[in-house]
Amino acid sequence: MSSAEQIQVRLNGKDRDITFGHTVQSLLETIEINPLAVVVELNKQILDRDRYSDFDIREGDTIEVVHFVGGG
Amino acid sequence: MTTTDLGATAEVSQGLDNPLEIAGVTFTSRLIVGTGKYTTNQVMVDAIRASGAEMVTVAVRRVDLDRTREEAILHHLNPEEFFLLANTAGCHTAEDAIRYARLARAAGFNEFVKLEVIGDDETLLPDVQATIEAAQTLADEGFKVMAYTNDDLITALRLEDVGCVAVMPLASPIGSGLGVVNPYFIREIKRRLEVPIIVDAGVGTASDACLTMEQGVDGVLMNTALAAAKDPVRMAHAMKAATIAGRLAFLAGRMKSREIAVPSSPEVGMLD
Repeated sequence: MSSAEQIQVRLNGKDRDITFGHTVQSLLETIEINPLAVVVELNKQILDRDRYSDFDIREGDTIEVVHFVGGG
Repeated sequence: MTTTDLGATAEVSQGLDNPLEIAGVTFTSRLIVGTGKYTTNQVMVDAIRASGAEMVTVAVRRVDLDRTREEAILHHLNPEEFFLLANTAGCHTAEDAIRYARLARAAGFNEFVKLEVIGDDETLLPDVQATIEAAQTLADEGFKVMAYTNDDLITALRLEDVGCVAVMPLASPIGSGLGVVNPYFIREIKRRLEVPIIVDAGVGTASDACLTMEQGVDGVLMNTALAAAKDPVRMAHAMKAATIAGRLAFLAGRMKSREIAVPSSPEVGMLD
């Protein structure tokens, strides 16, 4: 696979085409999310913040990026 | 022991009351408030400051990647100023609640979680079986579980048995503002459990908060009563005063009520 190829992932409940070759860290940077302000779940596994660069994004991955919002 | 030195109330510093202690963390305010449903973030922050609350609840949700909403609560609330209590609101199964709790803990603030598993969308009453199951798993994983439950003594006892650090029976359904519908059961739960009892949900106005605290419980948690008031900041002042008033009245021990009048002034020494 060349690095220009697109893969489809499910990101926060929506299908998205992204460039092949991303790690979680680089994906967050691409979508302009501060990695320290969120928690990331990759295929239902919660990732350590200091290990985002260790996880490659693959075709069909499900990624959830969550944070705290107002609630009771 | 960690002590929050924020929002210290005069009652504690004057020795009129002890601080609230939950799993080794102490709070001088017995009022815990939510952060949802405010019209603006500034009103929320102003109301929370006015309430004197040190512990505030937050929810875990997806980041809006389209950025149609500015919703990240920590842009507005300094986590060094407030103790964040993440909730599992919106979860309908033990599995979901456990997942949300783990996500919340991964945010890195503390091990506390307000466990909430909804059993019915119309009443938002808790699924107590799923709540006990999730509480057990989370407590075993080291979470400090504060469990939202109904006003049922047996469920409260089970939640304590599985390791919850606080049990939080409802006053009445979430967002209803109906006040304490069953003070007797709240008192029974307080009498029988050793962990702190925080009445969570249903408070509508200041007298509800006062009546709740007069039952002898350790604290009260509210959100809508502030957020949906016409003037949330003024209501927050009222709730702070009412929570303190109810607590001190409980500690003071009320007079016996009786259905006949007894004069307050001497009956002797009256003129002919």
